[in-house]
Amino acid sequence: MARSGQQAFNPLIAGLAAIAALFFILPLTGLVIRAPWSSMTKVITSSTSLDALWLTLIASLATTALALVFGFPLAWLLARVQFRGKALVRGLTTLPMVLPPVVGGIALLLAYGRRGLVGEPLYSAVGFSLPFTTPGVIVAESFVAMPFFVITLESGLRSMNTRLEEAARSLGASRLTVFRRVTLPLIAPSLLAGTVLAWSRAVGEFGATITFAGNLPGVTQTAPLAIYISQSSGKIDEAIALSLVLVVVSLAVMIGTRNRSRRSA
Amino acid sequence: MLDADIRLRLDRLNLDAVLSVQPGEVVALLGPNGAGKSTILRALSGLLRLDGGKVELNGTVLEEPAKHIRVVAEKRPIGLMFQDYLLFPHLSAVENVAFGLRARGVNKREARERAAAALERLGVAKVAEARPGSMSGGQQQRVAMARAMVTEPKLLLLDEPLAALDVSTKTDVRRQLRATLRESHAANVMVTHDLLDAVALADRMFVIEDGGIAQSGTPAEVTARPKSRYVADLVGVNLLRGTARGTALELDGGGRLVTGQEMSGQVLALIAPHDVSVSRDRPDGESSANVWPGQIGAVDLMGDRVRVRVDGTPSITAEVTPAAVDALNLDAGGQLWASTPPSAIRPYPP
Repeated sequence: MARSGQQAFNPLIAGLAAIAALFFILPLTGLVIRAPWSSMTKVITSSTSLDALWLTLIASLATTALALVFGFPLAWLLARVQFRGKALVRGLTTLPMVLPPVVGGIALLLAYGRRGLVGEPLYSAVGFSLPFTTPGVIVAESFVAMPFFVITLESGLRSMNTRLEEAARSLGASRLTVFRRVTLPLIAPSLLAGTVLAWSRAVGEFGATITFAGNLPGVTQTAPLAIYISQSSGKIDEAIALSLVLVVVSLAVMIGTRNRSRRSA
Repeated sequence: MLDADIRLRLDRLNLDAVLSVQPGEVVALLGPNGAGKSTILRALSGLLRLDGGKVELNGTVLEEPAKHIRVVAEKRPIGLMFQDYLLFPHLSAVENVAFGLRARGVNKREARERAAAALERLGVAKVAEARPGSMSGGQQQRVAMARAMVTEPKLLLLDEPLAALDVSTKTDVRRQLRATLRESHAANVMVTHDLLDAVALADRMFVIEDGGIAQSGTPAEVTARPKSRYVADLVGVNLLRGTARGTALELDGGGRLVTGQEMSGQVLALIAPHDVSVSRDRPDGESSANVWPGQIGAVDLMGDRVRVRVDGTPSITAEVTPAAVDALNLDAGGQLWASTPPSAIRPYPP
């Protein structure tokens, strides 16, 4: 007899599941097999690759920081405060999750470009323009990645029992203490998940970045852009090597956060 | 001592309740769901804002809207125990109990020591390092109790402290709660819908109905002379309302009874179910007073007795033996005759 919660073996389901699993495993295996192992260090430490990796790291971390600073209050507002037009605000701020990133890039240009809605007065006032700069990369990545953080954190805040905060207040805790010792620990899993989601989305961002910030090596060329350029200009070894780096980093982050969220559960 | 006049509107509830509680005294708020019992506790704790009235504790005004005085919840010297305990799931028992001490500025070591001692007193020292999720209901209840009391509040508010327990642990925990409350120097206010809890734990009880105090007194007083249908049902007695003229009682809902006691004016009358007899045929041989017909209503088993509702003028509950249920063939429904001797009807002023 099968144990409770355990289903009997079904060859059809097992077969389809195996195909699905292979579908994901095979390309990664291909990457590992075709990797230029002998010249790996040389390829990765070339100045173009290093610049791209460094920029990817900086921009994605800055994006994550921006998501925490601005996305947290937005998620809080959406989860905890009643106001008119809330559904509209939520819809618009999370739209980039389903919007093609290229469209996001175009929209960003129209708003923050040198001739844009905000960009034009900004440029004439301080002579600074976002597109084709490193801050522009961060803006493009934030536009695409922050919604993932907001939506994850909002659902975490929603599923939390807010009466626990009342209990803390009745025990004499100030609002800050309530936040620090009750709210924050209870939403920590979704905070972590949202941060990782936003960060990894930022690392992989391509469409909005290339449209809004362009592809200037050392300034706006992040790793995904460098991979695409190498691949299309025939430098396949470089593309594979950089891809492998991103695979390894992503894998490490995924395993690390999974262990953490299991421990806190 | 606590002096409170609580006035606030909340959805369909219009709350207006005056209560005062001495230090060391245990007062029970008893009433049906939605009557406003828990709302009173939330208002006293400061989690709900008053619209009017005043809350004063040991001479300090905690809230008085007319004078724009309002001490926020976290600054009130209160302990609040919730029906579902609301223990912090991410903290161990001892950390839960130490939380209030830490929030009030006690240093970490002393807070832990006092928390551990409180758990010890309540007999749950062995779960000190456990998280709430891995404790039994009774253990959680005691930890919640320790958490609410460890700060030595001047006012202890208990919202249905025993409601979440199963019957087997309830008796045990009730005894413990009784002992703990006896030792406390706080004014204790406990919300309950269980008459037994109120009788066992409280010095006085307030019956809350529709946002107001319907009756107050010692548990013995209230149960001996219930002034509302709600309390009468809890006690398990028939309560009738009417106008007395000598021994004649004209009931408000129709019908007329003869009582054993001369009264006049508006009265309440209590009839114990075991003083009501029922039969299939009109009983003869007795005086024709206090005999009336009705349809068989609900039949309930109460311990080794059976309660039968007779829907007539007035409707009344009678208590019979299980053998009588068979003999009277109650399952078939139909008409019964109810009768009760005048001496069993006890009228008192409303």
